[in-house]
Amino acid sequence: MSEEYLHSVTLDKDLCKGCTNCISHCPTEAIRVRDGKAMIISNRCIDCGQCIRTCPSHAKKAVSDPLDMLNKYTFKVALPAPSFYAQFKNVPIDTVLTALKKIGFDDVYEVASAAEIASIATAELLEKVKSPRPMISSSCPAVVRLIQVRFPSLIEHVIKIQTPMEIAARIVKNQIYPDKRGLGVFFISPCPAKVTSVRVPLGNEKSEVDGVIAQKDIYPALRKIIKTIDKPEHLSKASSLGIRWGHSDGESEAVNSKKSISVDGIDHVIRVLEQIESEDFHHIEFIEAMACPGGCVGGTLTVENPFIARSRLKRYSMACENRGIKDSDQLTEFDISWTKEIYSHPVLKLSENMSEAIKMMDEIEKIDAELPGLDCGSCGAPTCHSLAEDIVTGKAQKTDCIFILRDEIKKVAGQMAELERRMPQTRNFDKR
Amino acid sequence: MQLNFSIPGDDMDLAGIASSTLKKKLQQIGVDNSVIKRTVVALYEAEINMVIHGGGGDITINVTPTEIQCELVDHGPGIADVNLAMQEGYSTATDAIREMGFGAGMGLPNIQRNSDHMEIHTVPGEGTTVKIMIKIG
Ligand SMILES: Nc1ncnc2c1ncn2[C@@H]1O[C@H](COP(=O)(O)OP(=O)(O)O)[C@@H](O)[C@H]1O
Ligand code: SF4
Ligand SMILES: [Mg+2]
Repeated sequence: MSEEYLHSVTLDKDLCKGCTNCISHCPTEAIRVRDGKAMIISNRCIDCGQCIRTCPSHAKKAVSDPLDMLNKYTFKVALPAPSFYAQFKNVPIDTVLTALKKIGFDDVYEVASAAEIASIATAELLEKVKSPRPMISSSCPAVVRLIQVRFPSLIEHVIKIQTPMEIAARIVKNQIYPDKRGLGVFFISPCPAKVTSVRVPLGNEKSEVDGVIAQKDIYPALRKIIKTIDKPEHLSKASSLGIRWGHSDGESEAVNSKKSISVDGIDHVIRVLEQIESEDFHHIEFIEAMACPGGCVGGTLTVENPFIARSRLKRYSMACENRGIKDSDQLTEFDISWTKEIYSHPVLKLSENMSEAIKMMDEIEKIDAELPGLDCGSCGAPTCHSLAEDIVTGKAQKTDCIFILRDEIKKVAGQMAELERRMPQTRNFDKR
Repeated sequence: MQLNFSIPGDDMDLAGIASSTLKKKLQQIGVDNSVIKRTVVALYEAEINMVIHGGGGDITINVTPTEIQCELVDHGPGIADVNLAMQEGYSTATDAIREMGFGAGMGLPNIQRNSDHMEIHTVPGEGTTVKIMIKIG
């Protein structure tokens, strides 16, 4: 099941110094440094943005759609993520939405409104459906892909509800503008994971989003326009329930299950998923899991410092009314469940043949025992163990380890000294 | 494939290391997810027991294409009445341990449920050996 990945996260080779900072931070061990440059092993990458955060040379990038993609459509609708509101200091949501209309969009639909629908649908699921607990939110695509790669046994815990982004796009296309010609729907994204989930959808054959614009790409122009607006249109409809999805805790507060936890930051998410796997958490009903620290406000395509953005978004959402939607059918005329199952991505598998794989594993352990165990990264692999794996799978060699190489050189140097001593003593070169 | 772990009795952070390490290896050799899941749950419970009741010990895991065998050996207090210990809800865990979220008395029954074969050899005052076998495929 090797799905061709069309990733958003990429490397700018010219900027990469080959420093190996990123490799140890990658949660799926998807990066190696080869010939002085990092490379991403495509089918392992989950687009979490961790390498973007940790690269000191800013060589890791997230590729989203260019702004001029708007020109391909005659009627454009912007779908701002809730996190977008937090990028602007003391700017009312109505003003942000009005500015989007002035910059070239014909209409806006708040993803926060769709998040309200998702909250209620999730609460209904928790009440009615007896699937394995805890149920894990599927709103962060990086987390869902992490589960596919590293926690396949938890796939049945993942909530099969469309993301607020997809729900929003469907509302625009099916309900608000069903017959509109030239309609293009654009998500204003905090992260590369959402870009990828439009190209390679999760839980759908096809995404209804036509383009994904990075928040940081549209920010500068929008800032300028915002300064010129003194009478904004009244466009904001979303309530606190949906707006708070943009920061950590927000989704679980909106879902309002007494037995829920929220976890943010990919390392913390991994720890929690490990514990779910060992059935430590079966007393918990719902888990909000976000790859970025602080939730989506911490996404790598945002502008504002995540901690400032989070407290700002909390303030903005508290100032909003709760619309009091009680029933998820109230707002959508269509089913918001997934239309396609997701499967595990067993990219870590060594061989299709289990006996062969066990043999390889034995070999890996043997080599790993000979490596220094420093996980220093100089070989270009994230850990000594992963170098051992690369050696056994034919992608690296033992002397890629600088300590092994040093020992080998010492050995060869010793042999050369020994040979030199054995030179025929027929002539005394010193007393010429 | 063989894996060996030595788990001290005073470090709850290390309890779970064997099951999470084994999990990754089973994924790498292509064992079915449902088998991995059962193995992880059973081994994790046994590992926790070895730390909180047995004072730590040694774990040996052997994996062949047909089965996974885990042996956990501790030199703790042993179990006086194994049949009683196997009952759901039976626990001698202290309040302090319960506060950490362990001691629901479901560990041994869970191991039983998730494994294809389980054996307990125990001598009060000398220690406990738990063997768990899970079939692959
Ligand atoms: N390795 C061990 N050494 C000593 N006693 C044990 C060991 N494993 C289990 N027991 C005993 O069996 C009881 C039941 O174990 P278990 O079903 O795992 O429940 P819990 O660990 O929650 O108490 C424990 O409370 C303890 O008295
Ligand atoms: S937490 Fe939000 S911003 Fe970060 S990867 Fe997940 S969906 Fe994207
Ligand atoms: Mg127990």
